[in-house]
Amino acid sequence: MLKVEQQQPVEFSSALKEKFDEIISRYPKGKHKSALLPMLHEVQAELGWLSSDAMDKVAAYLDIQNIEVYEVASFYSMYFLKPQGKYVLEVCRTGPCCLVGAEKLMNHIEQNLGVKEGEVTADGLFSWRGVECLAACGYGPVLQIGPEYTFYENLNEQKVDELIQDLRKK
Amino acid sequence: MARKLLLEHINVPGINTFDVYRQKGGYRAVEKALKTLTPDEVVEEVKKSGLRGRGGAGFPTGMKWSFLAKPEGVARYLVCNADESEPGTFKDRYLMTHIPHALIEGMIVSSFALGANTSYIYVRGEMMPQIRILEKAIAEAKNAGFLGKNILGTGYDLELYVQPGGGAYICGEETALLESLEGKRGNPRIKPPFPAIAGLYGCPTVVNNVESIAATVPIINDGGDEYAKIGIGRSTGTKLISASGNLVRPGVYEIDLGLPVEEFIYSDEYCGGIANGKRLKATVAGGSSVPILPANLTLKLANGEPRLMSYESLSDGGFATGSMMGSGGFIAFDEDQCIVRNTWNFSRFYHHESCGQCSPCREGTGWMEKVLHRIEYGHGKMSDIDLLVDVSKKIEGNTICPLGDAAAWPVASAIRHFRDEFEWHVKEPIKCLDTNYGLANYAQPIAKAEVTTGN
Repeated sequence: MLKVEQQQPVEFSSALKEKFDEIISRYPKGKHKSALLPMLHEVQAELGWLSSDAMDKVAAYLDIQNIEVYEVASFYSMYFLKPQGKYVLEVCRTGPCCLVGAEKLMNHIEQNLGVKEGEVTADGLFSWRGVECLAACGYGPVLQIGPEYTFYENLNEQKVDELIQDLRKK
Repeated sequence: MARKLLLEHINVPGINTFDVYRQKGGYRAVEKALKTLTPDEVVEEVKKSGLRGRGGAGFPTGMKWSFLAKPEGVARYLVCNADESEPGTFKDRYLMTHIPHALIEGMIVSSFALGANTSYIYVRGEMMPQIRILEKAIAEAKNAGFLGKNILGTGYDLELYVQPGGGAYICGEETALLESLEGKRGNPRIKPPFPAIAGLYGCPTVVNNVESIAATVPIINDGGDEYAKIGIGRSTGTKLISASGNLVRPGVYEIDLGLPVEEFIYSDEYCGGIANGKRLKATVAGGSSVPILPANLTLKLANGEPRLMSYESLSDGGFATGSMMGSGGFIAFDEDQCIVRNTWNFSRFYHHESCGQCSPCREGTGWMEKVLHRIEYGHGKMSDIDLLVDVSKKIEGNTICPLGDAAAWPVASAIRHFRDEFEWHVKEPIKCLDTNYGLANYAQPIAKAEVTTGN
């Protein structure tokens, strides 16, 4: 069942609304619902996740029912319906990456961060999860970090430790 | 060395920019098509080329185009399928990252052929860096007069947009992709009507893979007949192969169709053999959905002839002793890999990615995952193996879209060819936790690989 965590009301910035209007202009008149997926990406990039209030406001902006936004947000794996760490490490866990050590890498990340898959570290900086094939099978193991989905390839334990250290310093 | 059509200039510095791409002969196909050919003539060249859809189904692209309905006063759409998510496949990411203009040029030529004035490139959401690259390339092309109103003074208008997905394998299925592009859940539609009649917003639509669209550029430049001279039989042209797994040099390779599989795996020009001096145990030749083959059947057909990288040769022997070309995602397994574990991994993938519309797929993929999990972790029974075959057969062919088949085939084929490894897991529940079955007889000459299960 869809569970959406409650949060304080959100307000979209004027820059975000401008972006919304640019996205909506890509589609024929009356087909503006097509803007839903890209708009949710923009909202998540700004707020970190999709609260029910944020989704309701997207629905109002597109003049569609709230449920039309919920059903989409809950279908696609990229949208977060609860707060995440500032950096979400998404490690590919599908076949080809596992042939070259993705499972070992996930265990290592769990140890390094000290939190289980889907949990957030106490300082609010990190969470991690296994995701399905990221289409980079030749360069595995790989992980990505949103909102721009920066890509890290040919990983090993040492490289991941360095990455986490670098992000901590930022 | 074979001639490269798509990746010829991949190593030229700055080939991702409009100026360098143009210097290297880019956008000639747009000039040729828009100024000297009619849309029907472009379709005719693509038909002559024999190009087959590079996304996985292998349906002739020219024929797909010729099915497009053209009612008066109704918009037509071209949608590029860049939702590359098939495990083992990463060629489209490579192409879009390094030569984005090849896709843009192909989109202009193809949209012109189909009479589309608005086209979309649906890119999977995780490829945000590639989305930025494409957006920049589109802006550059527009600046140079290759997109927008009255392109090159020919009177042809085209707007091109990039649409991000939301992270769903199912949106690689063309009708699910169209649903997603309309801002809905990616539930595949019942066909007919096919997209060529009623696709995006109910209008006639063609959906093509990135590589298929990029391939129209050399086809228009050199002519369809020239393109058809490359390759073997009905597998014409070149194909991007994504090689992954336990190989010395995994990566994306452009091959002439018809290359022997053995040469592809072992020659230094391509993958350079199996990594760490190990031996080959099995391959998945065309992305995770196609049947897995043991090493012996990978390299040779059942009659002992060499197997080639072509649509026909890879599927030679049907599912009994063959596989499929699929999307060209070539995954190699060395002798240390566990087939049961890999099959479980793939099953989890399909369970996760099933959209949930059709019961056989929604429930069946979950059952297969659970049963495979217990075999892998030493809790399996002998009867579980036949149970898996039974479940896979009840999914196959009983769903709206091919995801059901794609989930069933890897399981059925793993048991068909590696049944003894599954049985060993059941017989050795403790040992299988920290030891692998190994190479066994999977690399032995063909006679050893008789089909035993009859499915």
